[in-house]
Amino acid sequence: MADIVTLAEAVHGLVHDGDTVALEGFTHLIPNAAGHELIRQGQRDLTLVRMTPDVVYDQLIGMGAARKLVFSWGGNPGVGSLHRLRDAVERGWPAPLELEEHSHAGMAAAYAAGAAKLPFGVLRGYRGGDLPARTRVATVTCPFTGEELAAVPAQRPDVAVIHAQRADRQGNVQMWGILGVQKEAVLAASRSIVTVEEVVDRLEPHPGAAVLPAWVVDAVAVVPGGAHPSYAHGYYERANAFYVAWDAISRDRERFLAWMRRHVLGTTDVAEYRASLAAEALLV
Amino acid sequence: MAVEAARRLHDGTVCFVGIGLPSIAANLARRTHAPGCVLVYESGTIGSKPSELPLSIGDGELADTADAVVSVPEMFAYWLQGGRIDVGFLSAAQIDRHGNLNSTVIGDYAHPDVRLPGGGGAPEIALAVSDVFVLLRQSPRAFVERLDFTTSLGDNVRVVVTDLGVLEPREGELTLVAVHPGVDAEQARAATGWSLAVADDLRETVPPTDLELRALRALRTKGHEHG
Repeated sequence: MADIVTLAEAVHGLVHDGDTVALEGFTHLIPNAAGHELIRQGQRDLTLVRMTPDVVYDQLIGMGAARKLVFSWGGNPGVGSLHRLRDAVERGWPAPLELEEHSHAGMAAAYAAGAAKLPFGVLRGYRGGDLPARTRVATVTCPFTGEELAAVPAQRPDVAVIHAQRADRQGNVQMWGILGVQKEAVLAASRSIVTVEEVVDRLEPHPGAAVLPAWVVDAVAVVPGGAHPSYAHGYYERANAFYVAWDAISRDRERFLAWMRRHVLGTTDVAEYRASLAAEALLV
Repeated sequence: MAVEAARRLHDGTVCFVGIGLPSIAANLARRTHAPGCVLVYESGTIGSKPSELPLSIGDGELADTADAVVSVPEMFAYWLQGGRIDVGFLSAAQIDRHGNLNSTVIGDYAHPDVRLPGGGGAPEIALAVSDVFVLLRQSPRAFVERLDFTTSLGDNVRVVVTDLGVLEPREGELTLVAVHPGVDAEQARAATGWSLAVADDLRETVPPTDLELRALRALRTKGHEHG
């Protein structure tokens, strides 16, 4: 049953050094505030999993929280490179980063297999090219048709962290809009944390909404604005200008560290973080 | 480039769209000659009809204006792998004469000079759609004799639209079939890292019409301008 706790309590109780952690979100509902709390609590040696690592993974990697990254596309969407990710891979700063690289289709199949508690996902993919030799993929033969297919090992994170629009007081979680692979990530993981915009007495039906029952979620934390600079459909829009601004902030090691000290390590929660950004007109 | 690509989309064409030029091309087609062109974004939105260009493939407007929003595993398994997409747009840092693409690394994989974002959806898009359209600016750094890394295969590449002209596969090799007005074959050859074959029937592309230019200008990006 989901406990409704503070974000700091949720992270402290459920995430440990060395864990494999998936903070999922496909552009929408990215759990940025939860990533900041991981950084504040100084988690180390994490294996970070995500299909589309973006700004929050750039921050975690740049602050030295990660040992390994499992991913399929690592960039600043619509803007360009993730400079902290590149610095870690190209120059080992602040620490070397091991990569396990997949395609989107492979990652999606691996999460779906994890949610189904199957040992591997199967797809028609990874054919030709240089990626199969660099990652964990194998070939299986269909017992019915003889077709050769790609097998990817199931993704089974220790902890999945997602952001959603709302929960009720029992901890049932409701989310809608672009839902990426979040449901699969929660069901594939051993433990899960969901940050939400608000807690309501009763979850009213919403078109296209998915509900995660409270009994598959370990902790729910109320973190309004917790997706920023990503967005929460129906609550606030994507801060496109922040993603553009991140390119310059993250390009230089010292400027990046100063920014993180000021806005993340120098704040204790999402409200302080937002006030800190607003003071520099970065809360856009 | 966007105009030339847009002209190859038709009413009813289902296209898998990435952000940047492909999104411009597909939205341009939808607003000019192909209003029934179906835009599918890999974030899970099917039939999106955005009023302005999104910055990311998961902007809220793509979901609000979609016929259906599906999960990412469903998108890749049922819709892409299921063979329901006609055209996929791809770009890359490098392309070779067979249309193979590199969006993974420049240099050695284990010790790269430049770590690029990676393949994302590209490896399976390149296998699963009927027609791959590549949009890429032409230069010797991008059009190379040998890729540093093969991210996706060129088997289904039907056309490469560049800032200099149009290449299509002929006898297993990308061949220059058209140049934009004011560009000649020599310029295209000089911007290519392999010995570029030029079609005997080399033609000139038709400049953007007033209608196309007006539609292009009307498509403004939220927060950020694309080239």
